Amino acid sequence: MSKLTDLTLTETLEGLKTKQFSEAELNRAYQDRIDEFNPGLNAFLTITPGNTGIPVAIKEVIVTKDIQTTAASKILDGFLPPYDATVITKLLDQNICVSGKTNCDEFAMGSSGENSAYGPTKNPWDLTKVPGGSSSGSAAAVAADLCVFALGTDTGGSIRQPASLCGVVGLKPSYGRVSRYGAIAMASSLDQIGPITKSVGDARQVLEWISGPDGKDSNVVSSKFSGSKLQNNLTGLRVGVPKEYFGKGLDQGVEKVIRTALSKLEELGAKLVEIELPHTESAIAVYYVVMASEVSSNLAKFDGTRFGHDRSQFGAEAKRRIMLGTFALSTGYFDDYFIQAAKVRTLIKQDFDQAFERCDVIVGPVSPTVAWNLGEKTKDPLTMYLSDAYTIPASLAGIPGLSVPCGFSDGLPVGLQILGKYMDEETILNVGEVYENATEWRKQKPNL
Amino acid sequence: MKLTKTEILVVAKLANLPIKESELDLYSDQLSEIISYIHQLNSVDTKGVEPTFNISPVENVWQPDHVEPSLTQDQALANAPAKKDGFFITEGVFGDE
Repeated sequence: MSKLTDLTLTETLEGLKTKQFSEAELNRAYQDRIDEFNPGLNAFLTITPGNTGIPVAIKEVIVTKDIQTTAASKILDGFLPPYDATVITKLLDQNICVSGKTNCDEFAMGSSGENSAYGPTKNPWDLTKVPGGSSSGSAAAVAADLCVFALGTDTGGSIRQPASLCGVVGLKPSYGRVSRYGAIAMASSLDQIGPITKSVGDARQVLEWISGPDGKDSNVVSSKFSGSKLQNNLTGLRVGVPKEYFGKGLDQGVEKVIRTALSKLEELGAKLVEIELPHTESAIAVYYVVMASEVSSNLAKFDGTRFGHDRSQFGAEAKRRIMLGTFALSTGYFDDYFIQAAKVRTLIKQDFDQAFERCDVIVGPVSPTVAWNLGEKTKDPLTMYLSDAYTIPASLAGIPGLSVPCGFSDGLPVGLQILGKYMDEETILNVGEVYENATEWRKQKPNL
Repeated sequence: MKLTKTEILVVAKLANLPIKESELDLYSDQLSEIISYIHQLNSVDTKGVEPTFNISPVENVWQPDHVEPSLTQDQALANAPAKKDGFFITEGVFGDE
């Protein structure tokens, strides 16, 4: 049998059931790896060792009762939440234990993990590279086998992009699939919690566990997700390929890997259909108005009265976004910025509605490049924002997106993005799993 | 579009953000660049298009009105930096209280 820490969630559950190993052995094995590799990676900010349950890593923006939750910000330094987020309660019911809290960009704002007030997380494939963000520590912890799986949050790509850059599976569920109760709000019309896992099957399992209404998040739909049986091939599946995701800005090495993956899908029986998402180029601009406006409102509550410290403790990116949102919502600019952005958001959503009349899933790159050097983009916020061009449109439309490892460019992982219709996680997970089983990418591990 | 240092100070005041004099130039440059980029939205034809504020199709979610356990007063106050007699101490609203 391979090492305990190599096992997927599905394999771990099977191993425990058939008593091939104990929960204590499982926890010990992961704890040893955390002790050995976390100092170099800075994936975990808080480590909570135990010896029962299945050890899982939770992003710093998801509250955990009596376990420090800082949102990677100095403003919440020392904050001990008095309750668990709904996703945590649901996982505890499945014999999951929180083995630690993972680093991220402050308040989930960033694409590289470098906006954390507690230092950047390193990419397990190359310690001089960023792991992506904002769920930087969660993706790095899964890639380095420091946990069985992790939870992240995705507002504009924060699960899919770090999963892509770290070579693991990441799923952003449809908006309204998973309760956000206990997720520290960033942009409320976009935020979703989702799994970062070692396999697509694991992502399906975790989504089954964490989805569904809890009476505390009114946007959650009442129908509960349940994964269907895996198909063996993709015969008859129509795969939309948006030409806007293969234009200027896409790295040639990444494009080559994605094109090869598309050929593989064809080989598995899918039919490729060229589609258009004509408002793609407006998506980043829409996002930075809508998201920043919601950020300025959500972060107004941090004033050091009920919890946390004073507002001087916000980092630079948080301050930039609060000011940008305050500006967009202020008298004289509201119609030109906020309302106009909300209208263009409608057009972006309609692009997807029209595209899905011709295809069942949409496939393309997650990120235009592989992981870049630490420090490379920190001085130029706009350049950093542009790196989310392929993940943001789906967030604005509220549709689900999956990142699946599909190869390497310059020795660094590339993720294939599979987007689905609203509330149709089942199809994207099935496509991802058929692809995963037909390739060997999942089995590649970083050499730490 | 250029956001001047004075405008940055106005926005920061509206946002209740303490900004250092030494940070003003940087924020002025960075926010101006971002706002210039966002300006491209004005070239999109949105005549007759309704705005989208929430993509969720869910509306009017009802649930029974019954009492459930919630945080105790001690739990709710546990993270407060300043408290007195079971209450949060807040900044004064009038004058310099």
